[in-house]
Amino acid sequence: MLELQNICYEIVENNKKKKILDNVSLSIADGELVVITGPNGSGKSTLSKIIMGLIKPTSGKILYKGKDITNISICERAKMGISFAFQQPVQFKGLTVKDLIDIASCKKNTVIEACEFLSKVGLCAREYIDRPLDSKLSGGELKRIELALVLAKNGELNICDEPEAGIDLWSFDALVRLFGERTKTYLVISHQKRLIEIADKIILLKNGVIDAQGDFKNLQDKLTNQVCDRLGGEA
Amino acid sequence: MNEAEKKLLEEVSALHEIPQIYNIRLNGKLVARAVDSDVNIESKADKDGINIYVKQGTKNKSVHIPVIVSQKDIKDKVFNDFYIEDNCDILIVAGCGISCNGNSSAGHNGIHSFYIGKNCNVRYVEKHIGDGDNLAKRELDPVTNIVLGENSTLKMETSQLRGVTRSIRTTKATLDKNAKLFIKESMLTDDKDFVRSVFDVELNGMDSKVDIVSRSVAQGSSRQEFVSTVSGKNKCFGHVECDGIVSDGGMILSTPTIVAEDKDAMLVHEAAIGKISDSQIEKLMTLGLSKEDAEREIINGFLR
Repeated sequence: MLELQNICYEIVENNKKKKILDNVSLSIADGELVVITGPNGSGKSTLSKIIMGLIKPTSGKILYKGKDITNISICERAKMGISFAFQQPVQFKGLTVKDLIDIASCKKNTVIEACEFLSKVGLCAREYIDRPLDSKLSGGELKRIELALVLAKNGELNICDEPEAGIDLWSFDALVRLFGERTKTYLVISHQKRLIEIADKIILLKNGVIDAQGDFKNLQDKLTNQVCDRLGGEA
Repeated sequence: MNEAEKKLLEEVSALHEIPQIYNIRLNGKLVARAVDSDVNIESKADKDGINIYVKQGTKNKSVHIPVIVSQKDIKDKVFNDFYIEDNCDILIVAGCGISCNGNSSAGHNGIHSFYIGKNCNVRYVEKHIGDGDNLAKRELDPVTNIVLGENSTLKMETSQLRGVTRSIRTTKATLDKNAKLFIKESMLTDDKDFVRSVFDVELNGMDSKVDIVSRSVAQGSSRQEFVSTVSGKNKCFGHVECDGIVSDGGMILSTPTIVAEDKDAMLVHEAAIGKISDSQIEKLMTLGLSKEDAEREIINGFLR
């Protein structure tokens, strides 16, 4: 479904070039759950944004369903079936949760339809449907609504940047179940051991390069020693 | 009334829904009026305008008083006074649609005064719409005076979205004991439009409350000025929020003033002006909207 070929991303910091991602290549098959993990600053979010088109790579190629999408816009990628849940959800003054669900699903949903997406992420839906997506919502509520939008969009490749951040244990269980269903392809950035355990493939990024990749069985020792424990990864 | 005038009428006053009570003014003249046993409308004897009398205890009624100006070089000025007795629960829909093109001008100056008794619940919806090319001058100078009685609530929703080239809007209110005033203002200007919106609210009564939320978008090389003064003269609460979005060469000036004349007056103002954030546009683009559609959705939501 997705193939990254030699993705590099450089920035200029204090008049010096700095490599954020260095020659990253990976592939994700249909229906896989892939977790990208690694220390803070290893380039995980940058990589996910490059796939969505939010950041343009310095070099390299992105193939989605066999088509080169490296130079196409965010919204074209979205229309092709790529969805993205931000690590820090964006807030809007005026636009309501229902507005965003309607935009995501390209139709005017009934209240019952819209509520289904919210219920799946552990929100008591009717309380939220008409609320503006603004700072009056808590961080955890915004995070769950962000995931509900991914569900409403019904994309084929869903990228979620630290979806577990700020959500309660009950909602986290629902999240693990959702990703575990394998009805869609998920690329999830996470430090959470429970998500890493159920992943088909884990990619460990360090300093902008892929340090290791494989399933949990193969990488367990490396991950446990290097990432999960150090980052307090138990859910 | 021609088709263009009918369309304007629908937009400013929702008159396609056939209201019970109405007074329609077209190009400076009364064209239709309907009243009932609870709400009476009379033309003023000494000047242009009407008196609207709402009897004590009137509930679940709506009064529509739209104005349409579609002839060039008309400068319409009316005085509309609302006398709302105690214990009423009503909706008032006012507004003005103004249309002219080419090297011409048209204007309307509606001076609305509300005398609201005790224990009332009034919703006042006011829409101003301009239609025509950018050569013509379309000018609206609405004045709203409010005297809000004890335990009464007035919810005012006022909007002026595009097409009005110059406008000075003035809203003055005095609130009695436990009276509550909620104002939501939405403004969108473009091209070389100019709007100045002035609010002056006096919280005289104990436990009175005002909440003013102004949302404005200044596009093109338009200019908007928001000037509010809320004076707390008793134990009261006042909140003023002015949010603005500027794009192109638009400009917004916001000067909220709060004056506490009583130690128990609690007054708050907030003002935030800026462009649409890149992250908001990007978020909507990840949901499949183009950049232009994303901006439109953000502005529509903001002004709603």
